[in-house]
Amino acid sequence: MQSSSSLDRLRDRIAALEGSAPAKPRSHITGWGTGTAIGKPDMARIMAEIDDALPWGGLKLGALHEIAPAPNPMGGIPSDRRDGAARGFATHLLALLMRQSSKPALWVAEGELPYAPGLAALGLPPELLVVIKAGKPAQRLWALEEATRSGAVAAILGEVRGVDFTGARRLALAARTSGVPLLLLNRDPAPVQAAVTRWQIVSIPAPHSILPEAIGSWRWRVELAFCQGRGIGEDGSVAAWNVEWDDGTHSLRLVAEAGDRPAQARISRVA
Amino acid sequence: MAVNRAAQQAGLRAGISVADAMAMVPGLRLVPADEKAERRLLKNLAERCGVFSPWTAPEDSFQMPLADIPGGGLWLDISGCDHLFGGEAELLGKLCDCLRGFGFACRAAIADTPGAAWAWARYGSQENPVLEREMQHKGLAALPIAALRLSPTIVGALSALGLRKIGDLLALPRASLSIRFGREVAHRLDQALGIEPEPISPLRPAAAHRVHMGFAEPIGRDADVKEAARRLLHHLCGKLEDERLGVRRLALLAFLVDGNLREFELGTSAPNHDPAHLFRLLREKLDGIDCGFGIESLRLDARETASLLPRQKDMEGNGSGSEEMTRLIDTLSNRLGFDKVMRLVPHDSHIPERAQQAMPASKTIASPRQIDPPAQKRPVLLLDHPENVEVTALLPDSPPLQFRWRKRVHRVARAEGPERISCEWWQEQKPDRDYYRIEDGEGNRYWLFRAGPYDQKGAAQWFLHGIFP
Repeated sequence: MQSSSSLDRLRDRIAALEGSAPAKPRSHITGWGTGTAIGKPDMARIMAEIDDALPWGGLKLGALHEIAPAPNPMGGIPSDRRDGAARGFATHLLALLMRQSSKPALWVAEGELPYAPGLAALGLPPELLVVIKAGKPAQRLWALEEATRSGAVAAILGEVRGVDFTGARRLALAARTSGVPLLLLNRDPAPVQAAVTRWQIVSIPAPHSILPEAIGSWRWRVELAFCQGRGIGEDGSVAAWNVEWDDGTHSLRLVAEAGDRPAQARISRVA
Repeated sequence: MAVNRAAQQAGLRAGISVADAMAMVPGLRLVPADEKAERRLLKNLAERCGVFSPWTAPEDSFQMPLADIPGGGLWLDISGCDHLFGGEAELLGKLCDCLRGFGFACRAAIADTPGAAWAWARYGSQENPVLEREMQHKGLAALPIAALRLSPTIVGALSALGLRKIGDLLALPRASLSIRFGREVAHRLDQALGIEPEPISPLRPAAAHRVHMGFAEPIGRDADVKEAARRLLHHLCGKLEDERLGVRRLALLAFLVDGNLREFELGTSAPNHDPAHLFRLLREKLDGIDCGFGIESLRLDARETASLLPRQKDMEGNGSGSEEMTRLIDTLSNRLGFDKVMRLVPHDSHIPERAQQAMPASKTIASPRQIDPPAQKRPVLLLDHPENVEVTALLPDSPPLQFRWRKRVHRVARAEGPERISCEWWQEQKPDRDYYRIEDGEGNRYWLFRAGPYDQKGAAQWFLHGIFP
């Protein structure tokens, strides 16, 4: 008894040093993940299959998350206009976070403003969004940090083209102290250093089962390229899912891979 | 041409030609007139004279020197201000001392009407600058006609008739005066005598709430200026809170020893009288302030205020979340610009680019109208300017087979459409657009449209307008 409690204390101390919430043994989780029953939750659920792969049982709040378009199969840098899938996924995450805390959110745009009807179609209430347009990277970073520190918003999405280590570290620190999740839509192939997760999103074609005169629902391949506390599998990512946007329920659902195998996620558990 | 005192002593007069002047004084130094700078200077002086009266204005038109008295003028409406300085003459004396302290030559006068004051300041005796009401008629009568602010041609015409003094005009019947010289003469005469009112537009409406701080010694350090600003803010916010007001626009004016003026303005998205928050906004503006030789006084104007009722805090003593949000918007707007922090407001239009309007977040406080999800699929990113693409289609009316965008050919795997969107007839006439939702071989989805039908030669313009998720 004595030894186990001191072990717990040690664990808590390490967690405090690392700046994350006290780690709870996995065995204590029953059904609904690690969200503490009392007080504010420390994560937001995305989709049952994805949540299972994340050590927090959902998208961690108070942390930096990076969302990027998947690199081009031809080896090139993805053209900045072809990040529709990443943009869509980021919008969905922002909508989830807003729904959870019922506070407004902030979108720091680089060029074009987000398009309200498109946001509404992805379940994000545009009337609760404050948009900032700032062309200069330094201004965007300042706005992101200022907004994160203020703690007035449910979540923040920032369009960036790579963030240097110091900048990313500052943002991560601000997010951790205020508990506000910060999503970075990164158009640069270099990953953001201090992010706890890195998602790479690419569109996938509609299934053959629907007519060529229709494009069907949005389908993405969501690849968790990096996740704090999870190892990286043989194919260079933590886990990957093929998902489809459900317009009726405003949520994601798993789709079958090509061929008629049943829907199944590939999750590598190396941690 | 204007001349300074030294040039006057050398025998030059304002208004003579440059060639004459050079001939009279060979070593003459000529400086081209910079009207903009002079205006700015005059405006600064008007701000500074705010010490004497809240109602100050620079003379609106830069009138050519009508006689030998050049320079710009300042209006001060000192109604109710003179007793603070111990009387009208004392006020005028202090004002002149202040201006002379900056190295200006000045003439000043106090009279019942702006016209009389203008005339007396330029042509009256400076030993007796205050023109009392009883003396006004007599005093003005002795002045030359130019003192009426008449154009040189009218002055010339009048003097050709032997009318040289204002008194000569007063003696004439009004009707014949108007018939011969137009309305201007009678108009100016009436203004000078106070028969016709002449309002002075102040530099800006006097701020209802302003606080002022003078320093015994000029200050110049960043920290000092900020501390002074903080104290002023506390003072101002106390006054505002008593009156249940909050500030929307605030300006800090720093008067420098050398006569210059620094102005820092900030705005808030909701009425506010929290000194700590306002100071945070102001502090940022004051970073790296250039104080020149030092600041001799600071003034804080609440330029725009709105009523602000105290709000009940919740059980735990926290304010509502919206308060935090307005603070954040204030901070962001003051740094990045008020047009850069926006809210998306829906607009009733089928034209995709008009379906939303971005309004400054500081002006849309109330939660705007809810935006319903669109009935049709809409892109997550809409390009500000649709980009031209080359399209190959099988038949004029069929969806594209492939398109070339940004030097890359995209093969079309799926195409959904067309969705025809017509221009609003009350707006400008533009061709109808046929929108197609297109998926290329890799799964990327685009929103393309054809502007108008194919013409006789079989050509049509295609554009890429948006990217789907």
